Amino acid sequence: MLSRYFINRWLGADTGGNIFLGLLVLLMLAVPVLNLGFPEGSSLHLSTYTVTLIGKYICYALLAIALDLVWGYCGILSLGHGAFFALGGYAMGMYLMRQIGDRGVYGNPELPDFMVFLNWKELPWYWFGFDQFWFAALMVVLVPGLLAFIFGWLAFRSRVTGVYLSIITQALTYALLLAFFRNEMGFGGNNGLTDFKDILGFSLQSDVTRVMLFSLSGLALGLGYLVSRYIVSSKLGRVVVAIRDAEDRTRFIGYNVERYKVWIFVVSAILAGIAGAFYVPQVGIINPSEFSPLNSIELAIWVAVGGRGTLYGAVVGALLVNYAKTYFTGALPEVWLFALGGLFVVVTLFLPKGIVGLLSEKRSGKQAEQGA
Amino acid sequence: MNSLEKIRGAMRRDHVFEFIEHGHYPFSGLRHTVTPGEIDVSHGTILYVENVNVSFDGFKALNDLTLYINDGELRCIIGPNGAGKTTMMDVITGKTRPDNGRVYFGQTMDLTRMTEYEIASAGIGRKFQKPTIFPDHTVFQNLELAMQANKLVWPTLFAKLDASQVERIEQNLELIGLQAQKNQRAARLSHGQKQWLEIGMLLMQNPRLLLVDEPVAGMTHQEMDRTAELLNRLAGKHSVVVVEHDMDFVRSIARTVTVLHEGHVLAEGSMEEVQNDPRVIEVYLGH
Repeated sequence: MLSRYFINRWLGADTGGNIFLGLLVLLMLAVPVLNLGFPEGSSLHLSTYTVTLIGKYICYALLAIALDLVWGYCGILSLGHGAFFALGGYAMGMYLMRQIGDRGVYGNPELPDFMVFLNWKELPWYWFGFDQFWFAALMVVLVPGLLAFIFGWLAFRSRVTGVYLSIITQALTYALLLAFFRNEMGFGGNNGLTDFKDILGFSLQSDVTRVMLFSLSGLALGLGYLVSRYIVSSKLGRVVVAIRDAEDRTRFIGYNVERYKVWIFVVSAILAGIAGAFYVPQVGIINPSEFSPLNSIELAIWVAVGGRGTLYGAVVGALLVNYAKTYFTGALPEVWLFALGGLFVVVTLFLPKGIVGLLSEKRSGKQAEQGA
Repeated sequence: MNSLEKIRGAMRRDHVFEFIEHGHYPFSGLRHTVTPGEIDVSHGTILYVENVNVSFDGFKALNDLTLYINDGELRCIIGPNGAGKTTMMDVITGKTRPDNGRVYFGQTMDLTRMTEYEIASAGIGRKFQKPTIFPDHTVFQNLELAMQANKLVWPTLFAKLDASQVERIEQNLELIGLQAQKNQRAARLSHGQKQWLEIGMLLMQNPRLLLVDEPVAGMTHQEMDRTAELLNRLAGKHSVVVVEHDMDFVRSIARTVTVLHEGHVLAEGSMEEVQNDPRVIEVYLGH
């Protein structure tokens, strides 16, 4: 009886997720083989450009999972999650910047190019430590996590909810956008951080490094998914859904709702930061436009299109919308924004639970019949 | 001991051990051992509401309200719309802070200084007017979430149900008569079943005091009888306060009835006494 309950909860209920994990493993095996195992010109060869593109999508998928965790499960529509992604990206970018050393245009071994250009004499204090990979990796987690903690603590304790919370998350990412645009901030201003040479001693231009980065992103996505699935299928996950559906009830049965919200918000921000850190070495640049409110809204659209509250739905949405974006911005650039807007309208009107919701609705209908 | 020493003894401010000799100071928390998480009902009273005032924008929702609930009692509170019944529950559960007055749970717990979840963990369960359950969870999971447990974040993440906890949930399912619906999503329950589920959730908290707001609103007569039976079974083990409009229902469960009017207690006594009170007839029953 009890074991059946757990098997149902932990494995049986997540068919879609298991399919997704299986496909991810296949992809992680196939891509390196197709890229490295077949010579250029062979019909089976996968170009490095494509590998990096898929790697980028995978980072987006992890970001989408992070948003689904707070939006789909806890009902907190954050329209500023791009900020956590960008902060993780900047932390990684700072490490990559320090790795350039004296190979920059100005050949200054102490300072990144943009600081030399701005006539800065010494490294600002907040750049210290970023020449160490472990420190940068720690910051990838710590900076988004800390910001989410402070922001969440203030917002949730004041019981800011619903559309008001969405608006202040937009304000948060917009404020960071403006701040990072300023040269005085010391993060490269408008141009951001770029011209990266290598990571942990491996050249970022080589195919092998690219494939490695791709594989690690895939691994991060898989682990991120498993961690998120563990969270949402735990009792804590059920409390979080309870908060989404009946916040007062949850409070009156003795849960400190604010703490739960802050916790899930911080976990989500950390996942977003990690996604950003894998994104930057693959695309080779991080600049303030990553903080743009539009990015965060697009992210919400990915999750809405894929389907909220399933985790793998967010992945499906991120992949589909981004593939469509790559296609449209190549083939019909002027149409893309209309297509994106149209997609959002269609999903809101006809598919409130997204693409995945359509499929799982049929399945849960069947399960309920069996249960009764 | 001469009288001077007696006076000195009484004046001593560092005299901290006096609470050991339980004096008759019913409303002073200082005279009792304060054990965290333990409700001191040594005077037979579980809830003290004294001289409580609440006003919203000049409107006095509660006007010098004083009310005592005995341990193990089943009390019905009636009153016309706007009499302050729901506000009273909000004050007790920490949702609304009173402008002044005292609200104590047992001798020692000052509810006006505690947050909602602290009050809930201390042992006060509340049922809302509208049935409020977790629609996306199964009936079983609804009860599991409500169950008395460590409700901090990390322990909840790693929480596993043990056999005795499953048994407790099963017992509760039986009590509220929802065994057959155990694995159904709560959203699919009927209105009456949702009300019972919510009462079941309160019971899982293992509360000392249950506040039940209009439990039979929108119920059929059959469902009403079942609810009355359920509430009657709870009294004794728990103290139950029921706010209700339906007079037939109140008559079927009430032992003591308190009538609220304009945020104040108008009358208190058995149903019969209350019904024959001319003031009550005028404001409420007469209509």
